[in-house]
Amino acid sequence: MSKKEQDLQEVVEQAIAQQKVPHVKIKGIDPHSIDIARLTKPSKETRQERWGKGLTALAILLIGILIVSIIGFVGSHGLATFFTDKVNIFHFLFSTDWNPSAGPNHVGAAAMIVTSFAVTLLAALIATPFAIAVALFMTEYESGKKANLLQSVMELLVGIPSVVYGFLGLTVVVPAVRTVFGGTGFGILTATLILFVMVLPTITSLTVDAFKAVPKELRKSSAALGATQWQTIYHVVLRAARARIMTAIIFGMARAFGEALAVQMAIGNAVLMPYNLVSPAATLTSQLTSQMGNTVMGTLPNNALWSLALLLLIMSLVFNFLVHLIGKKS
Amino acid sequence: MRKENVSKLLVVLLVVPLFLVGCGQSKEKITIVGSSALQPLIEQAGNDYHLAHLDSNIVVQGGGSGTGLSQVQAGAVQVGTSDVFAETQKGIDEKKLQDYPVAIVGIVPIANKGVGVKNLSKKQLAAIFTGKITNWRQVGGKNLPIIVINRSRGSGTRTTFEDLILNGKDAVNSQEQDSNGTVKKIVNSTPGTISYISFPYANDENIQKISIDHVQPINKNIPTNKWSLWSYEHMYTKGKPNKATAKFINYVLSKKVQRDLVPKIGYLSIHEMKVSRDSENKVTKIGN
Amino acid sequence: MNSKRNDRIATGVIYLLVGIVILLLVGIIGNILISGVPHLSWHFLTSASSSFEAGGGIRDQLFNSLYLLILTLLISLPIALGAAIYLAEYAKDNWVTQLIRTTIEILSSLPSIVVGLFGYLLFVVQFGLGFSIIAGALALTFFNLPILTSNIEEAIKGVPQTQREAGWALGLSNWKTIRGIVLPAALPGIITGIILSAGRVFGEAAALIYTAGQSGSTVDYSNWNMFSPTSFLNVMRPAETLAVHIWKVNTEGIIPDVTVVSAATSALLVIVVIIFNFGARALGNWLYNRLTAAKIK
Repeated sequence: MSKKEQDLQEVVEQAIAQQKVPHVKIKGIDPHSIDIARLTKPSKETRQERWGKGLTALAILLIGILIVSIIGFVGSHGLATFFTDKVNIFHFLFSTDWNPSAGPNHVGAAAMIVTSFAVTLLAALIATPFAIAVALFMTEYESGKKANLLQSVMELLVGIPSVVYGFLGLTVVVPAVRTVFGGTGFGILTATLILFVMVLPTITSLTVDAFKAVPKELRKSSAALGATQWQTIYHVVLRAARARIMTAIIFGMARAFGEALAVQMAIGNAVLMPYNLVSPAATLTSQLTSQMGNTVMGTLPNNALWSLALLLLIMSLVFNFLVHLIGKKS
Repeated sequence: MRKENVSKLLVVLLVVPLFLVGCGQSKEKITIVGSSALQPLIEQAGNDYHLAHLDSNIVVQGGGSGTGLSQVQAGAVQVGTSDVFAETQKGIDEKKLQDYPVAIVGIVPIANKGVGVKNLSKKQLAAIFTGKITNWRQVGGKNLPIIVINRSRGSGTRTTFEDLILNGKDAVNSQEQDSNGTVKKIVNSTPGTISYISFPYANDENIQKISIDHVQPINKNIPTNKWSLWSYEHMYTKGKPNKATAKFINYVLSKKVQRDLVPKIGYLSIHEMKVSRDSENKVTKIGN
Repeated sequence: MNSKRNDRIATGVIYLLVGIVILLLVGIIGNILISGVPHLSWHFLTSASSSFEAGGGIRDQLFNSLYLLILTLLISLPIALGAAIYLAEYAKDNWVTQLIRTTIEILSSLPSIVVGLFGYLLFVVQFGLGFSIIAGALALTFFNLPILTSNIEEAIKGVPQTQREAGWALGLSNWKTIRGIVLPAALPGIITGIILSAGRVFGEAAALIYTAGQSGSTVDYSNWNMFSPTSFLNVMRPAETLAVHIWKVNTEGIIPDVTVVSAATSALLVIVVIIFNFGARALGNWLYNRLTAAKIK
């Protein structure tokens, strides 16, 4: 018997000795027959606790492994362009000459990088006022049934496949842009308009959360000071929710940046530096999707495409970093 | 929802997939991957074959000619299908592969209905695609700028077109579309566009097929090479195919498939050809 | 008064923008439904698709979509639930937790095409799964996990702290408190999270083209043996989903009725997502009432 157990035995015996009421035997457990082993064993609760914690930690570990593997995988393929095929990384980032099958001196992704950014920024720029308006409508102006219905319909938008958006774009947006702005109708503008609709639900639902997180007391005190609803919204709600709205926008942008099939159909897929909003261009994802099947694995054209994928991955890292920076600032 | 069950489920679900991996594979399975153009034909042939040979299990997937060739070379699939000769692809060792041309597909230039041109000479066509002619007026059409829609770089259709029409020169850098369906939709709706698609997709009244040097783009003109814009559809195996695979390839080459199915889809039977072409585009008469 | 006028203008602008969005929503969903619903028929829903002739249906694609969704949820839900519980209840606020959170967010903004290609090289080629439902489900799990995890975490965090304290006061372990009190209270939120991610999974094509494949093999719906290659339950068979089918017929399909098939399939997809959304919401409320004996307002 260890020292600890001896102490425990002593304490129990003392307690029994001091008791004045006669003891009742319950199910053969006599107060004098103390099962020290049972008393010092972790309780059922502790075991449950360990089991639960272990199980959930395992899930986290699994996700961690998944992420490390995907980053390692894309990284190793994407970097092969620079290490195996000896493509100059500055050339890759700043040249607009994209024809990887012609050799390592023709792997310039600048046109696609610029287009991807242009499309993403513009889509977010258009979507933000709409998302804020809808979110305000749902939280400040109307609540209950109407807001719920609008929210459900918005969620439907998320479930529509990007292919369908692509074809809606091809049959509706492209001719509209062509008639109004001239050109072929394919280009950054068309892609932006399609992406606007696609990122709208993301930005809206996160903005709704942002507004809901603003304490009711703030609104009430603003109203008590005699502010109109708009003054309350502008000076109190929007201010208080600013950081989370930024987060919402960045999440929307991340989605726009990675969208492939819909953009591919609407942007025209010409690897050219865009000189205006209605000239055909290509984004990183559109090039990736349309070329992947036509290249032979392990060759330069294929590796170059993986480099584009790596670039996309790095961009999501940057977007996330921005989110955290904003989160910290507030 | 009992949480305990959920946690057990978690354990089970992590193990089950690994277990299934082991037992799910069947010996008779033939996986065919590659050219999306050949996919409908092989898919239908596979279904018909399955009805006659119930123990067979044929899986047909697209993914592109590049994917088909690299997967069959890697041994990941039994058959890789391709619109281009393996010889023309860097990174593919054609000596390791066995080539089975199974069908012929014609390629036809198409334009938007409104351009006012129905025929072009080969030279004009080349000049349009290399960017030397930029208005339909220059080739006898309306005063309308020409919008070139290229096919994806490296795709079988584009390789064939550039080899045969542009004599290997690169086309002007402009819009690119990957698939026949999308190209057709775009040409149909965008004024001034020109592109090229496979014969089976071109049977559409909303687009203008262009004849080259007054030769009509019909299957009848292909066997004699009168319409020279055509390509083989290949099935490649790594070395000698195994028994089941060889049997299926023989079935695809059989009269039943070649006579009934191939023309139904809009391709041309390999048996009808009176000329043959090698990977360097040299045409020779068959039987000489 | 100036501020009164501003208030009216601002309200007007907000209602205008909301009006435009509603018009857009109605326009898009109406467009899909109107062009597709007239072509939906019993025959369309119950016959196999055709490679090159008109009149094919989408029986297999519909089943595959649902089957793939169920499999994906079966794999990703337990992991996401575990991870979310850990993050919300156990994780200490330190750099490791921060790192985990960041990586999960990165995974969530990963382009689906990258996930698809990764799944292709890893599951299809490396693991030798071939083009198969299970490879598709695993790829979709990658795609689904981050959103599901963060949605569930939000739902768990939304449960008031006092509820947990009540559990501890009863002498329950942390784990038991989570299981018996926190999870049931968070259930409606969790269900909403599942619906949202399920909608995305259902409409996903890019990640599946290279993993689950773009054509199905012949399937026998009376064969319940999961290991038989022709069984509809076999997870090793390739499977084309509704979203992939729309992509395929539009890009490389040579069937003469492409527009009809594509429009009808899109409409069906939207209808299924609608049913799913409202059905799951009702289920969430019902479960909540059963498990907590409380009513949601």
